[in-house]
Amino acid sequence: MEILVCVKRAPDTSENEIQLAAAGGDIERDDLVYSVNEPDNYAVEEALQIVARTGGSVTVATVGGEEDEEVLRREMAMGANRGVLISDDGFTGSDGRGTAAILKSFVETGRYDLILTGVQAEDGCAQVGGMLAAMLDYPFASLVTSIEVLQNGKLKIAREIEGGSKEINHIDLPCVLSIQTGINEPRYVGMRGIRQIASVPIPTLGASDLGMDGGAAGRAAAKVRRVDYFTPPEGKGAKILTGSREEIVDQVMELLKAEGGLN
Amino acid sequence: MSRIFAYILHKGGVADDSAAELAAAARKIDRAQPCTAVVTGWGADLDKVCESLRGAYPEIWKIAAGPLAYPNAELVRQALLAVIPAGSVVLVPHSHFGVDLSPGLSIKMNAAYVPDVVDVEGAEGSWLKTVRQEFGGQVSAHVHCDISAGAVLNIRPGAFRAEGDAPAEGRVVDKSAQVGAPTARRQYVETIAAEAGDVDITREQALVSIGRGIGEEENIAIAEDLAEALGAVVSCSRPVVDAKWMDKSRQVGSSGCTVRPKVYMACGISGSFQHLAGIKGNPFIVAVNKNPKAPIFRVANVGIVDDILEFMPALAKRVRKESVPAKTKGAAHD
Repeated sequence: MEILVCVKRAPDTSENEIQLAAAGGDIERDDLVYSVNEPDNYAVEEALQIVARTGGSVTVATVGGEEDEEVLRREMAMGANRGVLISDDGFTGSDGRGTAAILKSFVETGRYDLILTGVQAEDGCAQVGGMLAAMLDYPFASLVTSIEVLQNGKLKIAREIEGGSKEINHIDLPCVLSIQTGINEPRYVGMRGIRQIASVPIPTLGASDLGMDGGAAGRAAAKVRRVDYFTPPEGKGAKILTGSREEIVDQVMELLKAEGGLN
Repeated sequence: MSRIFAYILHKGGVADDSAAELAAAARKIDRAQPCTAVVTGWGADLDKVCESLRGAYPEIWKIAAGPLAYPNAELVRQALLAVIPAGSVVLVPHSHFGVDLSPGLSIKMNAAYVPDVVDVEGAEGSWLKTVRQEFGGQVSAHVHCDISAGAVLNIRPGAFRAEGDAPAEGRVVDKSAQVGAPTARRQYVETIAAEAGDVDITREQALVSIGRGIGEEENIAIAEDLAEALGAVVSCSRPVVDAKWMDKSRQVGSSGCTVRPKVYMACGISGSFQHLAGIKGNPFIVAVNKNPKAPIFRVANVGIVDDILEFMPALAKRVRKESVPAKTKGAAHD
């Protein structure tokens, strides 16, 4: 099976405390630790496991700039057969729809049986996979937690739904799936693996390579624009306990007694 | 302004809580514009749901078709495209179903899409001003959306407060004839219910809940020890289950269990809305997190900015110091 996995470089939310920049409007980006969007590792791992069972190859692609090459190399160190950087000045400022349009043009330059994305990135949008599928007129499923390849050009998949239940579906190939975290255990990538892949050339494709006409992507085409970031409203807000750890522990102890937390 | 539609989720003949919230969101987008509910399904359950919406929506469009008995997003998309006029604004709950339906629906409608909307702040010309959150809720963002060709807006469950002002008796309009029998390349097979775990966290009075901040599998013993001292049980958030450190039956959240404890200790949990959706019954929430910006502090009753691996043992020790005499007294009674 020929599998394409769409990946993205993103600030690592587990490592970063996100602050608003002093100038306002944007977040403080200088000290952010970037890495591959964590859910994308699950998508790449799943692709590698499918190919190990059925044969074929795994391509990873990202839409971005030079700095995004590192995430392709990381996924190639996991075992992806090739990486493609899709980059063009005209793509800057694309919204989710624009990114999906760019990926659609890329998909049409090759032949893929299955296209995977991570469930969502740091913006929590979870949108590009479903949009890409609709543009290609492929079937789509989100929040996928298991994939079994059937013999008749179909997959048997499980989707996560409410309350820990799973929804089982059959889906025709080719299709697009967004992969939920926890579907597998992404393999570890060591420094050695990264070094081995360091000199492998990664092709860069621009709008003209994809035969994209202007207007499908980029800032001018965007129907959705993030105008600024701001501090979320406080809500009722927790009373932050202060003092030494011992003092705080004493306070918590009293509160737990009062609230029925000691059983 | 465009017509506004709300897609109603329902199960077993009962409309989801989001039904009233979408009506509230629609009013916030345009108070002058009546919002029409769209309900897809089959049989007596569908009729029951449509009937129940007459107090919340002036008009309810019913789409009945056998294949729609289970909400398969591909089939629902075809049904919606058949009845909803171009240029409309469609509101959908940002649920497991909403993330399946809406991105593709927006493309087929040639409309804008904004996922997980938490607020709406009016409009400027054809640009609707929405509010979203990013980075797991650590920051908010103003996101403007050009609705001149229509829009699909996924609304975060619980973000818009359902209002009490009942409109006139809504009427149910049967639109089924416009839809026919939709077909899909994705076929629903079955639903597999969650497996029961060794303990039922939904029945516990006190939970010590751990998240990504637990760091390593070995550290779970620290939480177990605190839970034992408190007479509580350990539950967790999604990353702990993803790492296969705890069973899915211990997960609190919209994809896991809904819990109703008296006390909920959130340790190293950032507090994503999916996690918070699993905490009901207004428990006393104690949040411990070393990130003072963690969204959990916005909903907790008390917060402690500390390393959970230091704090949990300190609290366990303190609890034991206090409760040993009490336990002895209890034992004498037995």
